[in-house]
Amino acid sequence: MVPADPGGGGLMRADLLTDPVDGLDEALAAVDAFDRVLAAGVLRPQPAQAAGLLALAGAVAGSPLAARAAEAAEKTAAGVGDEDHLTALAAARCALLGSVHDALTARIDEATGRGRAAAPPTGPGTPQAANLLAAARAWLTDLARAGWQGIDHELVAGAAPVVTAMLPDPALRRLATLLDGFAAELAASCPGATLERVPLRRWADLWSRALVLTVPGAAAVPPATGVTGRLLPLGIDLQEHATAVQAQVHAVLEPAGGGTPRLVRASVSVPKPDTVVGAGVWQLLRPHSALLAAVGEGRSMELADMPATAAGDLLWNDGHARPGEPADAFATARVVLATAEAAATAPLDRHPAGIAVPVLLEGYTVRQDEDGTVFDLAGQPLAVDTDRIPAAGPLTPEAVATSGACIGLLRWDAGRYLLQPLAVETTVRKKAVALHAGAWAGGTTDKLGVKAEKAATDAVAVLRERAGRLLRK
Amino acid sequence: MSAWEESSTARVVPPARPRKLAKVPFVELADGRLQGVVSSGSDIERVYVSSVAAGDFAFACSTNNNRPCGGARGSFCNHIGALVTEAVLQYGAERVARYLRVETADDAAAIAGAMRATRPPAADRAAAAQVFSRFLRHLAYLELAPTTAPLPEMQWFPPTRAAVA
Repeated sequence: MVPADPGGGGLMRADLLTDPVDGLDEALAAVDAFDRVLAAGVLRPQPAQAAGLLALAGAVAGSPLAARAAEAAEKTAAGVGDEDHLTALAAARCALLGSVHDALTARIDEATGRGRAAAPPTGPGTPQAANLLAAARAWLTDLARAGWQGIDHELVAGAAPVVTAMLPDPALRRLATLLDGFAAELAASCPGATLERVPLRRWADLWSRALVLTVPGAAAVPPATGVTGRLLPLGIDLQEHATAVQAQVHAVLEPAGGGTPRLVRASVSVPKPDTVVGAGVWQLLRPHSALLAAVGEGRSMELADMPATAAGDLLWNDGHARPGEPADAFATARVVLATAEAAATAPLDRHPAGIAVPVLLEGYTVRQDEDGTVFDLAGQPLAVDTDRIPAAGPLTPEAVATSGACIGLLRWDAGRYLLQPLAVETTVRKKAVALHAGAWAGGTTDKLGVKAEKAATDAVAVLRERAGRLLRK
Repeated sequence: MSAWEESSTARVVPPARPRKLAKVPFVELADGRLQGVVSSGSDIERVYVSSVAAGDFAFACSTNNNRPCGGARGSFCNHIGALVTEAVLQYGAERVARYLRVETADDAAAIAGAMRATRPPAADRAAAAQVFSRFLRHLAYLELAPTTAPLPEMQWFPPTRAAVA
C-alpha cells in the first residue's frame, strides 16, 4: 500500500502489477494450444492439432464468435478448412487476446489510478483494394497450411509482390508494413524444417493480425475530430524492422479553455531500405513532423484543430501545430501526467503487445538479476526492458541503472509487466541530467550523435545517387 | 512453452549493422544465395550483380547490362570478395557462414577462402536479373511516402541493442 512515489504524479501501486489476473492463464492456455497448431500447419491436422483448434473455439464459446469459431475449428481439424475458416479462427484468437488486453489494461489503470475514456461505438470502415487484400489472404492461408515447420523460400517469397503492390498506397500501409516485417523474419528462418525453436506466440500474433486486416474495412483510419490546446511531450517510442520505422511521441494534451488533460500519441512512419539504421531513421522521419524537433529541444507545441481519433492518436499535420514554450518532460510527468485521462483502445488494436502506458517512477532502487535490470518499487519488482532503448540516442542501460527517476511505458509481454524507459534523471560527473531515448530525433550536437548522423547521411546519399541512376531506366 | 516462445516481441532477426555503402550498395541473404550489387570502380553508370549459392557455392557475376564479369572466370572475382566482406559487416560472420553453410566463421577472408578451396562451379547468369530487380525494389523504398496515421502493428517490432555489442 505504500506509494512508490510519495511526492509526485506517478503514484503507482506496483503490488497490483504482480497480483494474478483472473482468467488470464486459462485464456493464454487456449491461445498457446492454437499457436502450437500453426507450428505443424493445418494441411493434414493430427489429433493434437484438432484438440488445439477446439480449445480456441471453446474459449470463445460465450461470445458472438461462438458459432463461426466452432464451425471453423471443426472443418479445419478435418483438413477441409478454407480461407474463411482460417479468418474466423484468427478473429477468435484476436478476440481472446483482446480480452486479455482489457484485463491487463484495467489492472494498470487501477495501479496508476488513471481514468480512461469510454470506447465510442464503432462501425465497419471504408473497404480498400479488394484484390490486394485477397492476395494477402491467399498467402496467409498457404502459410497456415504449411505451418512454421513447413516454410521454405518459395512460399515466403510469395509475400513480396503483394507487399510491393500495397506499399505505395497509404491506406494499405498497416497491412503492407506488417507483412513486410513478418515475411523478412520467415525468410531468415527458412527452411522451417531445421528450426531449433519457433517464436510461437509472436508468429501466431503476426499471422492472425494480418489475416484480420485482410477483411475489407478492418484497417480503415477511424474518424477524427479536431483538438486544440497545448501538447506537452513525455518521450518518444521508436519501433523498427528491417524495412520500416515508426516514431510515436507520447504526450499530454491540455485542451484550450480547460477540461481534463488527455494522454495522446503522435506517430510518423516511413518504409526504409534495410541499410538505413541507427541515426539514419531519424533523418527519414524528421522532415515529416515538426514535433520530433520540438521533443528534441524540450518544447511544447500549440495545436489548433489537429485531427485526433477516439483512440488518442493525433493524425499529425504540421499545418495544425506551432512551436510553444519550453516544456520539461519530467515537469510534465510530475505535474499533469497523473491528472490525464487515457483513451479507449480501438477494438482491433486490443492486444497485450499494444499496451504502452506512460508512467513516472521515482524512489525505486535498481538491481540486476539474470534477466536484466529490475526496479524495486517499495519492495515490488518491475522488470526493465533496456534492450528496447534505441542505440542512436544518449539514453543507455547504464544510465537507467544509476537513475533516480524514470519516465517509461508500462508494457506487458510473456506473462509479466515490463517498463520500457523513455527518459531518466541521473547524475553524470556530479551534475544532474535528464537523458531521453529520443533526444536525437530532431538532430544533435553530441559527438557520437554527429558521427552517427554523418554515417547515415552518407548511406542515404549513396542509395539516392544509385536510385537516381538506375531506377528510372 | 519457454518465455521466448511466449513473447510477442521475441527478437528473431538481429538488425543490420551500419556499413559504408559506396562500394557495395546492396547485399542480402535471400533465395538461397548471398547476392548483391557492387559498384564498378571505373564506370559510375555500371554495377556488377554478384551471387554465391548456399551449399555448393556456385557463383556468378555480370554487369547490369548482362555482360559477364572478366574476373569471374574459373573462380571468385574481386566483386564477389567485396560482397562477402560487406555481408559480414552487415550481418556478422556467423550469420553469413550459417546461411552459406560454410564451416569456418572467423571473418570474411576465412569464409571466402573456405568457399574458394572447394573449387566452386560457375552458376548460370539467370539469377542476375532477379537480383538486380530486388536491388531496384530495395532502392524504391526511399521513394515511398511517410504517413502520420498510426501503424499499430509496429508495436510488434521494438528496436534492439543487440547489434551494438
